[in-house]
Amino acid sequence: MSVQRSTLIFAWILLLPAVLYVTVIVAYPLVDTFILSFTDASLKKTTNWVGWVNYEKIFNATFAEVIMRTFVWTFFSVSIKMIIGVFGASMLNAAVPGRALFRVLTMPPWIVPMAIGIFMWGWMYNGQFGMISGLLQRFGFIDGPVAFLAQGSTAFWATIITDVWIGVPLVTLYMLAAMQSIPQDLYEAAWTDGAGRFYRFRRITLPLLIPSLITMSMLSLIATFNSFDIIWILTRGGPSGETTTMIIDTYHTAIGSKKYGEGAARAVLICIFLSIFCLAYFRVTSRLSSGDNR
Amino acid sequence: MSTQPAMVNRYRWYELIGIYAGILAFLTFILAPFVEGFLVSLKPLSQLFSSPYRFIPQNGSFEAYRTMWVSVPGFARYIFNSFLISTIVTAVVLTLVVPAAYAFARFKFKGSGHLLGAFLAVNMFSGAVLLIPLFRLMRSFGVLNTYFAIIVPGVAFLIPSAIWLLRTYMMRIPKELDEAAFVDGASHFYTLRRVILPIAMPGITVVAITTFIGSYAQQFIYALTFNSKTEYAPLPVGLFAYFGRQEVIWNELMAASFVGIAPAMIVIFFLQRYLVSGLTAGAVKQ
Repeated sequence: MSVQRSTLIFAWILLLPAVLYVTVIVAYPLVDTFILSFTDASLKKTTNWVGWVNYEKIFNATFAEVIMRTFVWTFFSVSIKMIIGVFGASMLNAAVPGRALFRVLTMPPWIVPMAIGIFMWGWMYNGQFGMISGLLQRFGFIDGPVAFLAQGSTAFWATIITDVWIGVPLVTLYMLAAMQSIPQDLYEAAWTDGAGRFYRFRRITLPLLIPSLITMSMLSLIATFNSFDIIWILTRGGPSGETTTMIIDTYHTAIGSKKYGEGAARAVLICIFLSIFCLAYFRVTSRLSSGDNR
Repeated sequence: MSTQPAMVNRYRWYELIGIYAGILAFLTFILAPFVEGFLVSLKPLSQLFSSPYRFIPQNGSFEAYRTMWVSVPGFARYIFNSFLISTIVTAVVLTLVVPAAYAFARFKFKGSGHLLGAFLAVNMFSGAVLLIPLFRLMRSFGVLNTYFAIIVPGVAFLIPSAIWLLRTYMMRIPKELDEAAFVDGASHFYTLRRVILPIAMPGITVVAITTFIGSYAQQFIYALTFNSKTEYAPLPVGLFAYFGRQEVIWNELMAASFVGIAPAMIVIFFLQRYLVSGLTAGAVKQ
């Protein structure tokens, strides 16, 4: 009994520093956000309790549009990341000479400070002098220069593509690891039975990949929903708000206009959405892992 | 493992072409911005701002790699800041995470599963969501406009994945080792320090590398919001110095970017195996 107790105390001593740190830097701010969202906190000295006013203020047509846009943006970004990631992983999984080098070459967008990759894309999107507009004109796809970041519709897709580019290495390497953990004898057995390569991919690789696929989409969903740097550096949410996602909107309100209370209310809404994703994630993964134990 | 590829992995010539074409397309997407960025750094500014677009530089030179130090004299300082911040962040994360990961890997107690879940849940909030209270918190700590304003929140958001990674690694260390040490009369603390830590060193190295890279790559938002002093600015914010009033000095910005990422690139090249194993530890069920 006393051994057990000393073990328990030891475990808590080990955990305490990390628990305290995260409590002060993450849990407390989370609670503080919630409290702030019911106040009119700003640069003023005094702060008053205002009840639901902030929430009433933000529920208008523009904000509904922002929410909608955030979901569409996130949906396309995550889907494209997953498609390109699985494609890249299955190519890199092929036993061809040079695969180790190709795997290293996949990493740069993920390793390099995000801001730098985004600057490069920013220049490539430049209308008059940028590479994309230039090459598209050269090959006759467009007639004149297109300033991708200056028009709402193209800016929307431009920010998605950059987000995909930054997220793809992680998805690719993760899916590659998942593919390599599939027992080789399954393929050999199927091969002996005369199954073709595509058939083996469809009937062995894909089904066994589904748990990792779901895990990665969920993690990617959460990261993408939180995406800030890309849109901020490329467009700051413009032109005329057409790339403003919930995170950007919150930043504008809270840090730009110094309306802390209103910004907090927006942040609370983001937290609610994220919690729903997270709950769904735990639900799905626990179902998957209990399925494995059958 | 035979050196000869298994029969099942033999490719026909058209399959090989298909695979290499696929890899080429994939890597073109990944690497195009770097190639273009590098070519931009070689072009003189007048050529950059001219139509029609030319992919290959004419009379390209490494001039921008020299002038970038002149236009932004503080640039070396930004690289230094990035390194300093990432080093401190990594050290603090390891100090907090090594004991915690050991506790999660070894001791099952009431609520340990929930506590681990709570740590992982931190991952879902980016700093951006918590920016307002974090700003107030940093202000009340009196660390706004210091290195700590970038370090303190940075650490918190790197803890969850570090715990997860290291816990996975430590769970693979046989429990019999702890038990043997315990039977010999070693204390818990002694066991952790003398038995577990040496064996877990490779795992700790992986966590240190991924944490360092993560911190180096993601210093933007805190540095942008909590620090307005240029002397403490890390690389991603410091690069904005090349954004002039009229126009961006693109060739120098790109040159500076490459100089800034060179350290990270060298790290990838030598440590990529650690990186991949670190990244994918969660992907493979043990």
